[in-house]
Amino acid sequence: MSHVTHEDSSGTAPPPDNSWRQRYWKKNVRLMVVLLAIWFTVSFGFGILLIEPLNNIVILGFPLGLWFAQQGSIYTFVILILVYALWMDRIDDEFGVSERNGAGEK
Amino acid sequence: MDLNSMEFWTFFFLILTFGIYMTIAWRSRVKETKEFYVASQGVPTIANGAAVAADWMSAASFIGMAGMIAFLGSDGSVYLMGWTGGYVLLALLLAPYLRKWGKFTVPEFVGDRYSDTVRVVAAVCAIVISFTYVVGQMTGGGVVFARFLGLEAHWAVIVAAVVIFFYAVLGGMKGITYTQVAQYSVLIVAYLIPAVAVSQQVGGFPVPQVTYGTILAELDGLREDFGLDRFTEAFSGRDGGQLDVFLVTLSLMLGTAGLPHVIIRFYTTKTVRGARFSAFWALFFISLLYLTAPAVGAFTNLNLLQGAQGATADDLPAWIQPWTDAGYVTLNADDGAIDSVSNVAASGADLIVSNDILVLASPEISGLPAPIIGLMAAGGMAAALSTAAGLLLVISSAASHDIYYRMISREAASEKTQMLVGRLAMTAAVIIAIFAGLNPPAFVAQVVAFAFGLAASTFFPILILGIFWKKANAKGAASGMLTGLIFSSGYMIYTLELFGTQANDHLFNVSPEGIGAIGAVLNFAVTITVSNLTRPPSEEVQEMVESIRYPAQQQLKAAGKL
Repeated sequence: MSHVTHEDSSGTAPPPDNSWRQRYWKKNVRLMVVLLAIWFTVSFGFGILLIEPLNNIVILGFPLGLWFAQQGSIYTFVILILVYALWMDRIDDEFGVSERNGAGEK
Repeated sequence: MDLNSMEFWTFFFLILTFGIYMTIAWRSRVKETKEFYVASQGVPTIANGAAVAADWMSAASFIGMAGMIAFLGSDGSVYLMGWTGGYVLLALLLAPYLRKWGKFTVPEFVGDRYSDTVRVVAAVCAIVISFTYVVGQMTGGGVVFARFLGLEAHWAVIVAAVVIFFYAVLGGMKGITYTQVAQYSVLIVAYLIPAVAVSQQVGGFPVPQVTYGTILAELDGLREDFGLDRFTEAFSGRDGGQLDVFLVTLSLMLGTAGLPHVIIRFYTTKTVRGARFSAFWALFFISLLYLTAPAVGAFTNLNLLQGAQGATADDLPAWIQPWTDAGYVTLNADDGAIDSVSNVAASGADLIVSNDILVLASPEISGLPAPIIGLMAAGGMAAALSTAAGLLLVISSAASHDIYYRMISREAASEKTQMLVGRLAMTAAVIIAIFAGLNPPAFVAQVVAFAFGLAASTFFPILILGIFWKKANAKGAASGMLTGLIFSSGYMIYTLELFGTQANDHLFNVSPEGIGAIGAVLNFAVTITVSNLTRPPSEEVQEMVESIRYPAQQQLKAAGKL
């Protein structure tokens, strides 16, 4: 197969300066924490814990809490994963760890 | 409605779609192990996403979910959020790292990461979880055949099983992946057409996600007349209230992220990046059905109640009769008027309607033509078949690769022998599943809840810790997994009528569907404690855990400033 040669787990020697690894990982973890906080707030927060107060607001026939529980949370999940995938692309590029095939394309 | 034309169209679409699936499976049949299990990691991202979506959306999603929402009302959100929210966890916490690790299966990962003991425990868990889930699919397929083709339920299950067996055994992962893309297309079209038509009919606008809001007030009123809780009332559908809704949602999410047949799909992408985008496409495709399901539930519920309002047993809408004959609708209103409607057989209501028929009946309820009804049957079968095939693949890979190849033959078995063992395992699973499907031990939804609870309380915690905590070790993982397994299955056996046991009352209002979340917390706690008390894993393993954090080796030229 012509595609990327993965860094094999059996391991070539690690590059001499590994400080980038910590910075890369920190950015990754920070992005993950932010997105998971939104994930929790919208689904468990708006859709379950705060559903009753939010149901007092009605928009287009939907009590808002019910809307978050049955619609809004799902829209949010899809967007969160897209943001994660796109953002990780940027971080990978920044640190030069994105996977490329022989032609140098992603 | 002319019953014969309905049967004709059902046959037509079932044979047409089966023909398509078989052709795809035959054309992409494989001879090598790697192709068999992960399709040589050469599946495009969008196709893989659609395949994951079909794999994921089972008979329960397609046939059962909207019906459950129709009766549960607001609390139906546990399934909507639970079965989608898990993908966020999967995409952010698991898929990219497991892909980077680059082994075939979940037992492979935990076997390399922890130890051979953990590998065997995981392989057994994977087989148990997938098998319980397969039984649900067989039963779901049975509902379709029994109703639309007038087949006897027993034969319906056997026919479904034979078809599943044929292409799963022949095609392996590559066949299954492309077949599942076809199955996704069939099931989503079948689901959306009646939903859009009903939305146009009732709300005057063809987007069900928008129009179902406009009928909620009317629906609430009707439901009160028939002795049901209001649709928009939170925490009325489940006895355990808010706590139970929270725990069930969490269990389903963690279970989703830990289900072996979903995780294995992320190994079929070319790259780590591909795994991330596959997760996005998968949830995108899944959301098309999940965002529509509550609308379908609300509309069919409204139509059903409007049809029953002021009606007597004799002048109910015509679509109800065949379902009564098939045993899915019960009428108790001998005295005339129908005053109460329920989905619970024991409620003694005048009209009792099974959850499982509302989606399949929705084209009839809204008076759509026979071809659409036939398409609906094909869609229901597509959902059941695609999920069952994916599950069988997990069973066969766990048995042949993780148990036979690794443990019994000590990695000496040839490719050919492995494939043979894998296919034998699938065959055995299908045969046992037929027997179980003919005698379902409990409701389909309960069987499925069992699978999710086990996945949440066994796999999810040790996968997360295995990736994010280098010090997690084999003793910790094995004891954590066993704790979760014993705790969750113990509570389920205590509260459900499984394997002939007697059902006891729920403790602290926690339903058996929600126990997986607590099992997962216990698993985390035990794994962390035991890992801290025993020796950390070898340097080599810790370096492997470090290396899966980075998609590729750093290319200094690309990162100019470094």
